[in-house]
Amino acid sequence: MARLSDFKCCDRCRHGHDHLCPSRVPCLLDGPFCHKNDACSKARTEQAARLRREAPEKPVLYVGTGTCGLGAGAGKTLAAMKQYLAANKIDARIIEVGCIGLCVAEPILDVQLPGHTRVSFEKVSGEKVSGLLTAAMAGNMAQARKAAPVLGQFRSSEAAPWPDVPFLDEHPFFAPQKRWVLQNVGVIDPSQIDEYIAHGGYRAFTKAIKDITRPELCTLVENSGLRGRGGAGFNTGTKWKFALNAPGEQKYLVCNADEGDPGAFMDRAVIEGDPHRVLEGMAIAAYGIGATKAYVYIRAEYPLAVKRIAAAIAEAKQYGLLGQNIFDSGFSLDVVIKMGAGAFVCGEETALIHSIEGKRGMPRPRPPFPAVRGLFDKPTVINNVETLANLPGIVSNGDAWFSAVGTAASKGTKVFALSGKVARTGLVEVAMGTKMRQIIFDIGGGVPNGKAFKAAQIGGPSGGCIPEQHVDIEVDYESLKTAGAIMGSGGLVIMDEDTCMVDIAKFFMDFIQRESCGKCIPCREGTRRMLEILQRITRGRRNETGIEALERFQGVMYLNRLAEVIKDTSLCGLGQTAPNPILSTLKWFRSEYEEHIYERKCRAGVCKELLSYRIDAAKCKGCTACAKKCPADAIMGTAKSPHYIIPDKCIGCGTCVATCRFNAVIAE
Amino acid sequence: MNIQVNNRTIEAKRGETILTALKRAGIKVPTLCHMENLLPSGACRMCVVEVDGQRSLLPSCAFPVAEGMKIQTHSPRVVRARKTIVELLLAGHPDDCLYCVRNGSCQLQELAGELGVRDRRYAGAKTESKMDTSSASLVRDPSKCILCGKCVRVCEEIQGVSAIDFINRGCKSRVGTAFDEGLNVSSCINCGQCVMICPTGALREQSHIKEVTEAINDHNKIVVVQHAPAVSVTLGEELGIKPGTDVCGMMTTALRQMGFDRVFDTSFSADLTIMEEATELAHRVANGGVLPMFTSCSPGWIKFVEEFHPDFIPNLSTCKSPQQMLGAIIKSFYAGREGIDPRNIFSVSIMPCTAKKFEAERPEMTQNGLPDIDAVLTTRELGRLIRRQGLDVNALAPDAADTPFGEHSTAGKLFGATGGVMEAAVRTAHYLLTGEELAELKVQPLRGLEGVKEARVRIGDLEVGVAVVSGLKNAANLLDSIRAGRKDLHFIEVMTCPGGCIAGGGQPLGTNTDAVRRRMQALYDIDRDGVQRVSHKNEFVQRLYKEFLGKPLGEKSHHLLHTKYAKREAIL
Repeated sequence: MARLSDFKCCDRCRHGHDHLCPSRVPCLLDGPFCHKNDACSKARTEQAARLRREAPEKPVLYVGTGTCGLGAGAGKTLAAMKQYLAANKIDARIIEVGCIGLCVAEPILDVQLPGHTRVSFEKVSGEKVSGLLTAAMAGNMAQARKAAPVLGQFRSSEAAPWPDVPFLDEHPFFAPQKRWVLQNVGVIDPSQIDEYIAHGGYRAFTKAIKDITRPELCTLVENSGLRGRGGAGFNTGTKWKFALNAPGEQKYLVCNADEGDPGAFMDRAVIEGDPHRVLEGMAIAAYGIGATKAYVYIRAEYPLAVKRIAAAIAEAKQYGLLGQNIFDSGFSLDVVIKMGAGAFVCGEETALIHSIEGKRGMPRPRPPFPAVRGLFDKPTVINNVETLANLPGIVSNGDAWFSAVGTAASKGTKVFALSGKVARTGLVEVAMGTKMRQIIFDIGGGVPNGKAFKAAQIGGPSGGCIPEQHVDIEVDYESLKTAGAIMGSGGLVIMDEDTCMVDIAKFFMDFIQRESCGKCIPCREGTRRMLEILQRITRGRRNETGIEALERFQGVMYLNRLAEVIKDTSLCGLGQTAPNPILSTLKWFRSEYEEHIYERKCRAGVCKELLSYRIDAAKCKGCTACAKKCPADAIMGTAKSPHYIIPDKCIGCGTCVATCRFNAVIAE
Repeated sequence: MNIQVNNRTIEAKRGETILTALKRAGIKVPTLCHMENLLPSGACRMCVVEVDGQRSLLPSCAFPVAEGMKIQTHSPRVVRARKTIVELLLAGHPDDCLYCVRNGSCQLQELAGELGVRDRRYAGAKTESKMDTSSASLVRDPSKCILCGKCVRVCEEIQGVSAIDFINRGCKSRVGTAFDEGLNVSSCINCGQCVMICPTGALREQSHIKEVTEAINDHNKIVVVQHAPAVSVTLGEELGIKPGTDVCGMMTTALRQMGFDRVFDTSFSADLTIMEEATELAHRVANGGVLPMFTSCSPGWIKFVEEFHPDFIPNLSTCKSPQQMLGAIIKSFYAGREGIDPRNIFSVSIMPCTAKKFEAERPEMTQNGLPDIDAVLTTRELGRLIRRQGLDVNALAPDAADTPFGEHSTAGKLFGATGGVMEAAVRTAHYLLTGEELAELKVQPLRGLEGVKEARVRIGDLEVGVAVVSGLKNAANLLDSIRAGRKDLHFIEVMTCPGGCIAGGGQPLGTNTDAVRRRMQALYDIDRDGVQRVSHKNEFVQRLYKEFLGKPLGEKSHHLLHTKYAKREAIL
């Protein structure tokens, strides 16, 4: 298929690589502007519709091959699809898309037959492909649904809907969402710039460099109320203004794609599924602050995202959207990918700067702020992936459009990565101010297996837990702070009654003390000691000496003091927020801590060392298996009569539970 | 501008940090990672203060003052934070102060005392790490390291060597060499500037006290000692005397009382060095040799050139350093004259320097398999030895060094400060080339503590371009400019340590700019009051040439007083 960059409607069309037309992108869709001809206009409209696949001539199959899809087996699904088409000599296109968001339903396979809407099927593993496609390609959706459950069909004005197939936008997972950033993710082919342009891409950027001055652009973004989506929530436009007004010829823009919070995968999904949106956002931001060089700082652990963004940069260059004197605007931009080695702290602005400079990723004191003195000592703006992905929408639709959605101080939408003990895990984008309950229970489908909801961890290692009693909280920057949590980058981990909150605190503390850069003392040494205190709390009494018991109590006494000093004195945001997981669990789940400390009990049964074991005499058949396996010789009994565990000898390893075939060993 | 500190108003200058303003006002705020004249790193958080309107405590070393700022430097919140930080450091620390070389001079110990740390509040795992004793000059004990990062910074930002940096992550972070190999195979130049700024016992010199003591107690050994020009003006500080006091005579007495058989002065061989070096320079100028010529008395600088700038090896003077010249003369000429078997001589030098320990162990610094120098003590080690022997330096009657190597000109004494070698060389070169003494012996542009000094000196019809640099980052910059085509320089003095030997890596701990300035002044005063102020008039140097060496750059000199250097492989 001819590429958009080569498109010419007739001889009068002067588009080409040698001609820098400032209106090139809109002309491709709404033109021609330089001459009037109905046929030429129609050619454009039809071309765009074809790129959007509104009415394909042959069947199109879509498969979600983002990292989550591949993890769920989309690679096998794709292979099976290719094999099926080849074996049956069917002429159909296969398009690999990113993750549409419902990760739990992956691998997702969509079928779009000519004249019909696109239908999504969920959990299509490789072996289901043949059955599904046989029915679906024949137009027998009822039969196809037997092969794999249907998620829903896309809405289209150009094609006939399938009867009895629900619409995707009515699915409880999608219905309450407001998909701005995720608009194209899972829908378009991320490897084709043409599709992005056909869906309205790069209009905002070309409009900005043609019609909007830098200060105007900064003000527009400032007025929209867009705040940094990386977690801190600083007004993006205000930050730009600092850099725009900072003296200096050379300025830099950095896209922070060093997504490191456990349970966060928003940035990865956006880059994998719609890389050009991020790139366009970068181009807009770079223009806004007057940067001629931009970096994508991305984790090397995201190989697919790296591949996608690299391809996107190459394509954009070919189209003249990047490079020297873009569309004769006088604005030039070079975008470079810098891969990070995976240190969590490199998501912090100044550490990230050091990392790009080739130094060890360690934060430095601020001021001077990067917007004044950043990368290579030049004014630098560092924006998160999601922040940047919001920009095309704001520039296209205006600040009022953006600020109409959200709460008083938090505008627009926020993408969350929903994971943990929730029925529908995946990527969710909701308007700011949406109730936490709606995200978890309506979109997420609540806690599975009939378990009770306990808490939602938001904001990763810097964040906190929202307990049941606050689950009606509105999700925005300020409200979350009142509950001792933060917005963070968007990780949202749901926990049920089987989760031990002390264990959760321990998990995050362990993460932080390993990922601390090691520079400032409170963070490096303090988090390590906090972890040790938690480890002591969850340590069994069996192996504890008198002095250790004393240390356990002593540690608990100092936990708060330590947390406060770490918050008060640490060098960077990572350290200053490091105690949050402990402070927030202490605040809302104090009783669980007390049970661990005083009663030596873990109600969730997670802290193995605190469990005690006994044998239910009624169930025990006296098979002696447990006594033989017990490494501590702590089980007493004769064959064919009930056995007994000697508490003083038991080391709490749990081997007996695993050994017993009659469920006679009770751990409590 | 005015700021409010602890409810009183003090003056502050726009753009300066809170810490600078506090210091000027005489308000002491503890620091561990702060380094004068370098950008703040903000690592230790000891200097935090409470500022009205700020959410968290602010590091005073890194935060600029603002008009009307209200600061509390010792509020309960601040003191508790500082104390907690020290407690956290101690929790991972070996806790073996009584066995530590820095017992009594440790900043962590001092802070723990000041803040009243009396409980082991945070029990837990210790930071354990293997000691690195591989270096000839330095010992690293990472388990005592508090990761203030000053050693890393001095190595990179002052010396341009970067032999050490942070490795690992989180609480496993520590300072290490490339590939975590021993310091001996790293690019370390042994300057010991890291030891000078280390707040704890994580870095120290490789001690030779034991070897020296054993030699003194061995009755078959004649123990000969020489002391470097910079030692007599710094040793006093080690013994509680105020900076800038020359204790040369008392030191000689102390050395004798401790059992050294002969006491010589390295300033003698400094004069000898000048004779050789000035002649070499004249020779290079006259015969179109490689110019500019660089001095070669500073062993850190030599290793630096061998590793990082081998293309400049031909520019290095072939002269051995004064320590090695005297060492070579003692075990040859002196042994012969006194009828002592050189194998029975134990030659000790007292140096302001840790790199001298490495230099003494270089394989080329030997005669017939015997090292010219057997042991090197730093000023600090000498101080330790004197204290151990219970000597009260103030109560000792000054004594003169032994002949023939006790005699020296004050030009030789100037070697101890940056620019001193050059000044002495200029005086002698002038005489050698014109037959006349310089009218004004003091060469003012070469004096002072600046890292880079330059002068154009007129010697007869010749105008000679000379430069003096100290601190190897400065030296590297100069080398770059020469590589880039600079041609106006003929002779360049390079000292590894900023300020020269008076601020060397073997000097008393707690050295600051003020002390260094006083030490420098002491050397200038000695020169001002000196009877013999030029090296070529040193009578014993003249006799040495007449009786033994022949002439400068002669056959004997070539064997005993000169050496050569080669490109050195190191992990850079």
